[in-house]
Parts: sequence; C-alpha cells; structure tokens
Amino acid sequence: MEERPYPDRYLMDVLARVSTIAAVGVSVNEVRPSNYVARFLSRRGYTVIPVNPVYAGQVAFGQKVRKTMGLIPKRNNPVDMVNIFRRSEEAGRVVDEALDKLLHRGLQVIWMQIGVVDKKAAKRAEAKGVEVLMNICPKMEYQRIGGELRMGGINTGIVSARMPVIGPGTGSY
Amino acid sequence: MAEKTYGFDTLQIHAGARPDPAPGARQTPIYQTTAYCFRDADHAAALFNLQEVGFIYSRLTNPTVAVLQERIATLEGGAGAVCCSSGHAAQIMALFPLMRPGDNIVVSSRLYGGSVTQFSQTIKRFGWEAKFVDIDDKSAVEKAITRMTKAIFCETIANPGGHVADLPKLAKIADAHKIPLIVDNMTATPYLCRPIEHGATLVVHSMTKYLTGNGTVTGGCVVDSGTFDWIGAGKHPSMIEPEPAYHGMVFAETFGPLAFTFHGIAVGLRDLGMTLNPQAAHYTLMGIETLSLRMERHVENAEKIAKWLDKHKLVKAVTYAGLKSSPSAKVAKKVVPGGAGALFTIQLKGGYEACVKFINALEIFSHVANLGDARSLAIHSASTTHRQLTSAQRKAAGAGDDVVRLSIGVEDADDLMGDLDQALAAAHAK
Repeated sequence: MEERPYPDRYLMDVLARVSTIAAVGVSVNEVRPSNYVARFLSRRGYTVIPVNPVYAGQVAFGQKVRKTMGLIPKRNNPVDMVNIFRRSEEAGRVVDEALDKLLHRGLQVIWMQIGVVDKKAAKRAEAKGVEVLMNICPKMEYQRIGGELRMGGINTGIVSARMPVIGPGTGSY
Repeated sequence: MAEKTYGFDTLQIHAGARPDPAPGARQTPIYQTTAYCFRDADHAAALFNLQEVGFIYSRLTNPTVAVLQERIATLEGGAGAVCCSSGHAAQIMALFPLMRPGDNIVVSSRLYGGSVTQFSQTIKRFGWEAKFVDIDDKSAVEKAITRMTKAIFCETIANPGGHVADLPKLAKIADAHKIPLIVDNMTATPYLCRPIEHGATLVVHSMTKYLTGNGTVTGGCVVDSGTFDWIGAGKHPSMIEPEPAYHGMVFAETFGPLAFTFHGIAVGLRDLGMTLNPQAAHYTLMGIETLSLRMERHVENAEKIAKWLDKHKLVKAVTYAGLKSSPSAKVAKKVVPGGAGALFTIQLKGGYEACVKFINALEIFSHVANLGDARSLAIHSASTTHRQLTSAQRKAAGAGDDVVRLSIGVEDADDLMGDLDQALAAAHAK
C-alpha cells in the first residue's frame, strides 16, 4: 500500500468545506474514470461544473459543459474548487487559468487527480493562498474516510472505537 | 504528515471494525442476510454499475465479511482484500484475473501437496499451465518465464518442508519481468511476515489455519498490495481491457490501486461464486483478535521442540527453518525474523513403518489433515496429504516416506515433548 500523503483530518476538512467544483478535462463518456469521479461527487451533493472544450454545450451531472473556466456563470459563485483531470504536462496551464479566472470568485482548492503532479504550478497557486492537492482522488478519499470503501474489502486506514458520525462528507459505515 | 499508525496487536482487534452504527454493537455482528434494501432505484443502479460501493447480495459482499477483509488487508499492509470459501478458492481467485487460456505461472516446486495437484492437474482444464522450479535457483526461475507467464507463486514457509522463500529476491525477478509475485503466507501469518513489505503484489491465505486458529471453519483470502502497475505491464487483459459486463469500463483505469480488489468482488465472486459465509467470517474474526499472542506461543513451542527433536536419538532430521543447521536459516533471518512458524517435518529412523506406528501411538497430538490449530497436530504426509503426488514430487515437496509433519500447538511444551517421546519409543518397540 502506498503512503497516504495528506492527513485524513485535512482531507475531511476540504471535502466538507467546498461545495462547487469545476471539473476540468472531465469526459462525458460514462465509462471513463473522470466521469465516475465527477458523477459520484455530484451524487453526493456537490455542484459539479464540467469544463472541457471537446464537449462544450453538452450536459453532464445536471450542468452544461463549459468551454473554459472563465465561462462558468456568475450564478455558480463561489467556485470553491478546481478538480484537474488532465495530464501533468497540462496541469500548469490549467492552474494558471484557474488563478486568473476563479481566484476572485472564491477559489480555495486546486485538486489534481491520481497521476497528476506539477510542483511548480502548485507553488504558484499556494503563493496566491490557494491550497493544492496532487496525485489523489477526491472520490476515493470521500469513500475511504466516510467508510464506504470498507464495504468493498478496502483497507481504509480508519481505526476507531467511536461510533461513526453520519453526515455529509463523512459517509455512514 | 503521516497518519497515526497503530501496532499489530491493536490492529488485529480494531482494523475494519468500528462499532456498528445502528444499535452500537461493539462486537462485529453476524449479518445473516442474503440481500440488502436499496435506498431507491437510482441507488440500486449506481451499485450495479460500480459507481457506488455498497451491499447488494451476499454472494458479492456482506458486512461481516467486509470487516474481515479490511482486517486482513490492514494486517498485511495491503490496499484491499477479498475473502472466499477456502485457501484453494483463494488461489483460483488470485489467478483468475491474471490468466487467459495459454498462459502460465512459474511456481515453486516446494508447495503444499494439494496446491501441487491444483496447479499441475486441475488448472490445465482452464488452459493454464504451471511450471515448477526450484525458486532458490534464480536462473531457473528466469529461464522458466516466457511471454505467456503471468505470475510467480510461492509459499513464505513451505508446507511441509519448512523451506523459506527469499521473497525480496523473487520480487526483484517478478518486477524485472513486469509480473506479480503471489505469496501464500498461510504458514507465517502477517504477524511473522508481511510479504508485501518484501515486494509481493498479492498475498493469499488459507484462513482455516492460524488466522482462525481453532480449527472451526475453512476460508481463504486474496490481499492486493495496490502497487502493481497493470497498465504499464500490459500483460493482464482482465485488468486493462474494457470489461463487457460493465459497459466497457476498464478496471485498472477506473479504480487504480483498488482495481484488483474490486475486480475480485465484482467479477470473481460474482461469477465464480466461492463466497465466504458470514458465520465463518465471524469465527475467523474471533481468531484473529489473538493472532499475535498465539503466534508467539506457537513459535516459542516450535523452537523448543525442534531443538529437542534435532538431538533425539530416534530422529534422523528436523526441517525447522528456525534451527541454525537449516539450509533456510539465513533467508529465515531476513524474511521471518520473528520466528519460522510452527510447522515442520521430522524424518524418523525406521522409515514408513516407524512413521505409521509413531502416528498411532500419539496421545496429545491429533492425527488430522490440518495445521495451524491451537492443538498440536501430526500427519504422515506420504500416506495422506501428499498421496496424489509421485514419489519424486513428494521428495521435492519435502514429504518423503519417512517424514512426519508436525504442527506445533500452543499447549504446554513439556507435555508435547513427553507425547512425542513416548510415541517415538513406541515406533521402535519390538
């Protein structure tokens, strides 16, 4: 098992704090991994706004796919988080666009998916007060910390003799 | 930034088992139910599409079994685990996602007799082949690996011969060929060895033995390390090709480090049906709570008794890897530093006939085809567990005609030595 790079408490805090997520590079194809992640988050009550020029104008997760982050309507403010579903080489450009278009619209967190890492871009975002998570999946962490993955034989790393708290962001058992 | 980590003794009791959220039950309840209510049609659809994790039907998942799965995955240091109905089922469950007709596995020649039969005979009917090699011989292992080889398989401490596999060395070979190393860790248990820390990809268990520890139920499990790069290796279609039963979803892409475990449930248990029942999971969970305590006593007794037998005038040889004279002593120090388990063989003066008399004379040791019980057990492998093998195979497996296998229990060591002593004397009485 790989080491867990972020403390559970911090991940829980991020997942509880954010509510609107721009999913950049997400696919509308239902069997693509990015679609699994974004669809799950939307099912759990997050407002997920797909951003992908390839599918602009189509509808996914109950939202219109936007061509760029700048085209996300004002009514969606604040856009708390950008979830990056692009290769590491593209991540820096996405980070810069997010800082340019969404910093003044409530951006708190940039979350790069498993396999996506750009440390230089992360520094640029952090310098502007935006938190960055890299090489990690919000769906998997939501399901792990909330105990859902336990049902599928997964080692959640959660050891506690306390009753599980039932509520948003923490899952049930 | 690392999370708080707990010791083995804490995890063997707590991992996987938070208090039950409904009545607050502290002990893990036995969920004796076949099916689970869906919240609504949308929830049901999400579960069937693997978009959500949850309980559908007990052939696939069950809350009691799920606790056991997480418990074992945690103790082994894996990403996840799938439990199934026996150790033999676990071996098929481990191989099934890796193999297609025409594929082969490279397997240690020192294996439990039942595994030799499963691999040399039964899996041929799936179009799979096992190539048996001396795993101490690096070039022999390398030579056996072909384009169609999908895994290397060995036992941590071989049953019954007590040979200890050099796991780091085998893991290096497996890595170089981009294939998983599968380790049967039944005889060592995660208390004495965690193969994943030595580079193994998959760990299989017969939970029937030390994990349960009381000889009540059969069960098996497959633990996945979550670290194998299925896509990079490009060798295992079940993990990396679109799965028709799930609308073309690709397991390795969609589930990353959880892919093998989810495949084990969603395809393996779904279609092979070798499910562990919740009652059996309960007995095994009870056993695991005391695993470390039992293993310490098993090892303490085994070391004492093996040393004593090694000097006994009616015993020709003792194979215990915990003895300084064992050919495995050096590897054992590296792979099982806390002790070489409690299963070994003794070679009796007087051959086949003396072995039969010896077995018949035992009072405390039970004559059964099992091991890893709290009770001490003895069996003459040549006439029982390894009977289906040829004489050459028996010798290679460390189960020759004059060999008796002992599984040392947690009873009083002096009582056990007393029993062995009188039975040895009886074996040679005129």
